[in-house]
Amino acid sequence: MTTTFIGKRVLRNEDARLLTGQAQFVDDVEIPGLLHAAFLRSDHAHARLLGLDVSAARQRPGVVAVFTAEDMGDDWQPGPPLVSPPPTAKDVLFYSRRQVPLVKDKVRHAGEAMAVVIAESRYIAEDAVEDIVVDLEPLEAVVDLEKALKPGSPLVHDDLESNLAAHLFQKKGDYEAARRQADLVLQRRIIIDRGAAAAMENRGIVAEWDEKTQHLTVWDTTQAPIPIRNGLAARLGLSENQVRVIAPFIGGGFGPKMMMFYPEEMLIPWVAMKLKRPIKWIEDRRENFYATTQERGQIHDVEIALSRDGHVLGLKDVFLHDTGAYDPYGLTIPLNTQCHAMGGYDIKNFTTEVSVVFTNKTLVTPVRGAGRPQGIYIIERLLDIASKELGIDPVEIRKRNLIPPDAFPYEHGIIDQAFAPLILDSGNYWPVLQKAMEMIGYEKFVREEQPRLRKEGRCVGIGITPFIESTGVGPYEGARVTVEASGKIYVATGVGTQGQGHFTSFAQVVAEQLGVAVSDVRIVSGDTAEFHWGTGTFASRGAVVAGNAIHAAASIVRRKVLELASKKLQTPQDELELEGGMVRVADIPDKSISLGELASLANPLRGAVEPGTEPGLEATAYFGPQYGATAFGTHAMILEIDPETMMIEIKRYVTVEDCGTVLNPLILEGQIHGGVSLGIGNAYYEKLHFDESGQLLNASFADYLIPSSTEMPRIEVGHMETRSPLNELGTKGVGEAGTIPVPALFSQAVENALADRELEILESPLSPNRLYELLSRKEAR
Amino acid sequence: MKPAPFDYRAPTTVEEALSHLAEHGYDAKVLAGGQSLIPMMNFRLVQPAMLVDLNNIPDLAYIHADEKGGLRLGALTRHHQVEVDPLVAAQIPLLHEAMPKIGYPQIRSRGTLGGSISHADPSAELAAVSVALNGRFRLRSPKGERWVPAQDFFVGLFSTVLEPDELLVEVALPTLPARTGWSILEVARRRHDFALVGVVAVVTLDGKGVCQQARMVFLSAGDRPMMAHRAADLLAGQAPTPEALRAAAELAASDEIDPSSDIHATAEFRRHLAKVLARRALDQACRRAAEKK
Amino acid sequence: MATTETTMPKLFELAVTVNGTCHEQAVEPRTLLSDFLRHDLGLTGTHVGCEHGVCGACTVLLDEEPVRSCLVFAVQAHGHTVTTVEGLGVIDQLHPVQEAFRQAHGVQCGFCTPGILTTVVAFLAENPDPGEEEIREALSGNLCRCTGYQHIVDAVRLAAQNMKTAHEQPAR
Repeated sequence: MTTTFIGKRVLRNEDARLLTGQAQFVDDVEIPGLLHAAFLRSDHAHARLLGLDVSAARQRPGVVAVFTAEDMGDDWQPGPPLVSPPPTAKDVLFYSRRQVPLVKDKVRHAGEAMAVVIAESRYIAEDAVEDIVVDLEPLEAVVDLEKALKPGSPLVHDDLESNLAAHLFQKKGDYEAARRQADLVLQRRIIIDRGAAAAMENRGIVAEWDEKTQHLTVWDTTQAPIPIRNGLAARLGLSENQVRVIAPFIGGGFGPKMMMFYPEEMLIPWVAMKLKRPIKWIEDRRENFYATTQERGQIHDVEIALSRDGHVLGLKDVFLHDTGAYDPYGLTIPLNTQCHAMGGYDIKNFTTEVSVVFTNKTLVTPVRGAGRPQGIYIIERLLDIASKELGIDPVEIRKRNLIPPDAFPYEHGIIDQAFAPLILDSGNYWPVLQKAMEMIGYEKFVREEQPRLRKEGRCVGIGITPFIESTGVGPYEGARVTVEASGKIYVATGVGTQGQGHFTSFAQVVAEQLGVAVSDVRIVSGDTAEFHWGTGTFASRGAVVAGNAIHAAASIVRRKVLELASKKLQTPQDELELEGGMVRVADIPDKSISLGELASLANPLRGAVEPGTEPGLEATAYFGPQYGATAFGTHAMILEIDPETMMIEIKRYVTVEDCGTVLNPLILEGQIHGGVSLGIGNAYYEKLHFDESGQLLNASFADYLIPSSTEMPRIEVGHMETRSPLNELGTKGVGEAGTIPVPALFSQAVENALADRELEILESPLSPNRLYELLSRKEAR
Repeated sequence: MKPAPFDYRAPTTVEEALSHLAEHGYDAKVLAGGQSLIPMMNFRLVQPAMLVDLNNIPDLAYIHADEKGGLRLGALTRHHQVEVDPLVAAQIPLLHEAMPKIGYPQIRSRGTLGGSISHADPSAELAAVSVALNGRFRLRSPKGERWVPAQDFFVGLFSTVLEPDELLVEVALPTLPARTGWSILEVARRRHDFALVGVVAVVTLDGKGVCQQARMVFLSAGDRPMMAHRAADLLAGQAPTPEALRAAAELAASDEIDPSSDIHATAEFRRHLAKVLARRALDQACRRAAEKK
Repeated sequence: MATTETTMPKLFELAVTVNGTCHEQAVEPRTLLSDFLRHDLGLTGTHVGCEHGVCGACTVLLDEEPVRSCLVFAVQAHGHTVTTVEGLGVIDQLHPVQEAFRQAHGVQCGFCTPGILTTVVAFLAENPDPGEEEIREALSGNLCRCTGYQHIVDAVRLAAQNMKTAHEQPAR
């Protein structure tokens, strides 16, 4: 299927503005009379709030107001539950506890907000925060997941009997029966630790209440402006129409900006209405480490049952998932982990049981990957261990278990994060692995280069890790496409932008239908005044769901264009072409009419219209997939370890993605590169260090180590395409693909590099220190 | 993360700066490059009542040849200046090699030689290099001037012999004698992070290739640059064989450093790294010494 | 030492040339240059990511040297010149470095971009023909969470090439 715009490396529409500093981010918003907020945050992770004396703060010159939970009166309400447990799953236990605008009785994590100061400048507000006298009674903190569930543990939520937030058991087939037939059963404990999303832009909110028009405008660094608008309206007793939420340019989302009704989001608009002054709160980096959500912490006890020839007969996973102090986001992350623990493999028997645990730490909601990396980590580690035990080549053992191409759609039968039975829609897995092997020169490396380098005393290792990624989940998105009198196309959709090129990839979808230049399509997104139906950017669904809604709307407009043009040019529709902003009669170039003209004709100021006609050349359409499309990929890496210093250098890094139809290969590559950099961070550099009292020891960029340009390798991106049958464009999502397999890949490659030491790595992240410890421990035995 | 309020002075001469310091004592802090001080102020970890900004004193930034040999560098010379200076590259190649290891390019645009040394972070390359080169620091106060050898200047964690009314104004670094080689090696999580551990080695060989003299200084291995005297003494008079170097490295790492544990590395791992780096640094220093006539 | 004095903080008269225009304003000494540029002058192109000198998003040119504007007090820029991203080029006439970033897809969310652009402009002025390793070294003080740096490195190579070619062509 040849296309003109889809699949092309079109340069981005939005870049000139971003490059010249002319794009508006939330902190760029300036309003006359703007006041600034700063929060008093708890230094303790767990403490009873006995009293707050804000009198000195209120008296500081330049301070306009100070609010505590008490000051909010009946307006103080915890946030709404964002994702309820899946209604279709049996055996679900779920205790919903949500974050609060300001601490009332008890602090439940370090950094929780206790009071807010509103002042003429952020500088003065921070001065006044230091004036506040707070009386806290420190309590023992709940930090360790296993200790948290032991009887007698301090409770994060006193009204519950334990720190168990949720429990979910799912099964497919009969694992116990499979186990009985196995030739090999392996059991391991796998521990994965927390990391932060750490977008370069911290969060921020500007809220303005116009008393005369009774209208609230909120600029918010959110990935979900529409639900925020709806929720704020409900909380503040306003009609949805009175609230406008704008997510302008966002400096990176990566998941935590999809968390909704953060304390600050609930509070700042309320303050704006209370004071009838516009209020700005911009999170600083230290706050970001405490007050913005994080993810990844899990402990898995896994078991795999295999036949002698390496076929996985069954898999069992019992795990603990750290949700932090509250659980507004339901079971999304653990469900993703459950649904990815089988990878892209034909595993017929699987039981998975998760206990979600409250701890006195920052809330956990999805961070790029959202539980999928943990699932892939488990299965890939187990296969590596099995391959050693059974003496089967690590690639071969995977090949034997991959879902074959004729088995799609493949039904796993367990429930996924979208509350639907997990079905993998389409795929052709083995060729992707083969391509990755080819690109990295797997055979040659293993047979020739590695043995040669090892003789020289160098520790080089190779890894190859396949993975699936569930993407493009519902419920739906929508879009409105309009041809303007200028001939330019205006598109409004709900999903916002955090850098993934929507202004361009969406424009390409429209250009494909309407035959205009991509730069003549203006995308407006993330503004509830422009479009107010939809959910947001998460779960790698923007291109799939919003993209297909845009495609649907553009297709309708195309039909309208052809109908009208056919009348005006008195030519049958099938003889008309759309190109260069014109509708032409094929073979008669002079007989044409521009889209702009047609648009004007479709919107007459005088005369009668035919009954049933809609004005203009405009259409609104929605798209909701039957279920999420599943993408597949494989990453491969060659690295070298200095066996004395444990320092790692990545020599080659290859990725092959199959995400169905690609809208823009340039943007796709960028997404992969970025995803891999977060994955490498997760694998080797980034760990949030909480001590036993729940204090975060590395709440700054000096000590929370994000890969810089000198740590990142060059990434070679290969591509294969298995169209998804679930949508017209045939797309699958790819936003998180770069991140998902990396920790598993790292562990595999490091083990391979240190093969003579027979190391078994069952944790993530790694570090030179940790490798040293693991090796020393091994030598000590 | 905004700093607390402070009073501000921008003197244009050293005398003026010193009079401010004398007047305000411990309430005042000196602002040079600001690359270490301002982050701490933004975190409100320090809240000085007054800042004395040295950046408007032009006579404090220079790089001259010392008539007695070696170089004299003004305390306010920016790292970047030292990094690109041809005199430094030609006469003190150890310093030239150390400069790119300091932070990132933007830090080096602003950070100063004197600021880094006065701040006395045990992870600072410049502190360790000054000690390894047997450099000297010129300090000035309203009472006059004094010279302090680099190895006596650092007395503890972020602590030096500087009095509250005293400023470091100049750094004097000698060139290395003939048949002397050097090495600076570090291990860091990311290329430009503070070193987990680092070592500076300077070795002089005699005409027969036997080690005449050695100096080994570790960074990030204690509360100040840690000089391994006994390991150096062990090497003196020995041929630089792998065994001799290993023994010296072993002694230095086990007995002459005092690394601490933090989230990035345990003291044990730091000791292990120190031993490895010391051996490699001595090896490189000896090779370079052998190459020089 | 926080104070609760009721006296107004002492202001200093600041005169600084930013992107070629001289600005005079009275500021508190503690006002960070980043905040002065963004909020007093309305030049919001320079972004703030960490305020402790690691991420590099706030990098501007101070007397043509790249510095972290979150680690400079505005008063320290008195009598000096500052160039921000707004001083490099405009939408209709991008600086060659900006154009190269557009061509090589070196921008995703754009938050780290202004700090990278100023860093790169200063870097290429001193190193007009850098290799990959040198470029990565030069960028090591600018964190990016979106791109993985690869297209940024490509953009710098492209900019270097284009600027070299432009330089070599005879003026018309």
